[in-house]
Amino acid sequence: MAEAKIEVSYVAHLARLKLSDEETATFQKQLGDILQYVAKLQEADISSVVPLEDEAGFENNLRADEERPSFPLPAVLGNAPQQANDLIVVPRMVE
Amino acid sequence: MSNELLFGDIAALRPRLASKEISPVEVAEALLDRISHVDPKLKAYNHLHPENSLAQAKKADVSLPLGGVPIAIKDVLNVKDDPLTCSSKILQGYIAPYDATVIRKLREAGAVLLGRTNMDEFAMGSSTENSAWGVTRNPWDLDRVPGGSSGGSAAAVGGHEAFAALGSDTGGSIRQPAAFCGCVGLKPTYGRVSRFGLTAFASSLDQVGPFTKTVRDAALLLEVLSGHDVNDNTSARRPVPKYTAALTGDVKGLRLGIPKEYFIDGIDPEIEQSVRAAIKHFEGLGAEIVEVSLPHTEYAVAVYYIVATAEASANLARFDGVRYGRRAQGATDVIDMYGRTREEGFGAEVKRRIILGTYVLSSGYYDAYYNRAQKVRQLLRQDFEQAFTKCDAILTPTSPSSPFKVGERVNDPLQMYLADIFTIAVNLAGICGLSLPCGFTKAKLPIGLQIIGPQWGEETILRAADAYERSTKWHQERPNL
Repeated sequence: MAEAKIEVSYVAHLARLKLSDEETATFQKQLGDILQYVAKLQEADISSVVPLEDEAGFENNLRADEERPSFPLPAVLGNAPQQANDLIVVPRMVE
Repeated sequence: MSNELLFGDIAALRPRLASKEISPVEVAEALLDRISHVDPKLKAYNHLHPENSLAQAKKADVSLPLGGVPIAIKDVLNVKDDPLTCSSKILQGYIAPYDATVIRKLREAGAVLLGRTNMDEFAMGSSTENSAWGVTRNPWDLDRVPGGSSGGSAAAVGGHEAFAALGSDTGGSIRQPAAFCGCVGLKPTYGRVSRFGLTAFASSLDQVGPFTKTVRDAALLLEVLSGHDVNDNTSARRPVPKYTAALTGDVKGLRLGIPKEYFIDGIDPEIEQSVRAAIKHFEGLGAEIVEVSLPHTEYAVAVYYIVATAEASANLARFDGVRYGRRAQGATDVIDMYGRTREEGFGAEVKRRIILGTYVLSSGYYDAYYNRAQKVRQLLRQDFEQAFTKCDAILTPTSPSSPFKVGERVNDPLQMYLADIFTIAVNLAGICGLSLPCGFTKAKLPIGLQIIGPQWGEETILRAADAYERSTKWHQERPNL
């Protein structure tokens, strides 16, 4: 197993999560401890295991491709923090 | 409404409702009244809507299986037109646009929906201390935690503020709080109950299940909740047995496995004593006790905190300030808006798990952590398959410790994770388990016995639990509130 080393600020960026300096330092220590703990998986003999593909032996589970009414637009859009003209407003993405 | 009825179970209440001796409105009023007195101490509920509950009670059809029975709902399930927060600031202001399938089933069975109950934020925790809305207290000792993550549901049922409650269980979040609060908690087999409308934490582990005062009520609730759902492709196309009919009271010849890996150093001696006494009790009822081994148990917590956090990091990516809840102000661009919204909206434990989950899935670490964990998960599953060739169900303690003090473990996440050491493997293997009261500590804190069954083995574990409950009196004890 890879060495238990985590660069919290980099991983937080990957997860689109801003952290205060204090939080970064706390997590650095706590996640270090947790990674040290999970390193015990290194001891397990997995040589005979085939990877787990599905969770409970389910086959493809298809439903009929039928038209169904959607949720009413106001109920769905009403949860967006900013909206206009039946659309969700976000900060500009393209210059 | 008499105290006898208020403190009793659904099975005792239903005939009185059916005979019109008492009306659904009287029952709802009695509970709302108790909530107004008791909940300022327990803080089990995040959100109550008494007029709405009373309106449902007025219309309740008492001929239905749950006609007029008030039930509380963990704040992780969509209940149409009601707030849903998952005890997180990031969902503040969210109104559910639809009913989760389990909510629809409760309504169709005539239940009266009480409020939403408190929980660890996004079901991440074992004490209900990770809630943005404050800590729920244990009905048996207000200085102690109710367990988690479904601590509000457990405290509501254990404190007789609801006849039953729904929770969700990803690594023990129904069974562990049920043990802490002295009620019955059932985690069904993965795929037994629809997850549609349940806010996803770890999709390969999550199941919805009931908290009840007795085992017979758990069987009744499971009958209502189970079944295939076209909106959840992981729900099984299997007929739903009449679980209540499985409660014969007879466990003669039932083979009950005792895994030595669950009786380890560090387990509270009072808990071990009670569980050993329960095993003896089953022997007295005619069950056959057999030793079994689950050799990979020591890896369960490590596997869980890789698999569950990996899935959570993906599932919680949707909370970004665009479609739901709140959005941070003053962002310079969209990436900054995501980052700030999530910084402001999520609590520490959720952030910790998102980072851990992102890390174990990231390039260069995926094989070492995630893939390896999935393989060890397979070994855990094989452990149970092996064990169930020798026994019909397995008996263990639900938790290694009794309810701990509020604040005692908040600064030590790893210590908190180890609270789930006996419940986690059941989720990883996709099988079923329940917790029921099997005694009290000297300090009068409840102790839970876990009964684990194979895939689709709910009838067996309910039958065993019911036979135990019929011949003991633990479930009749009441907290002094």
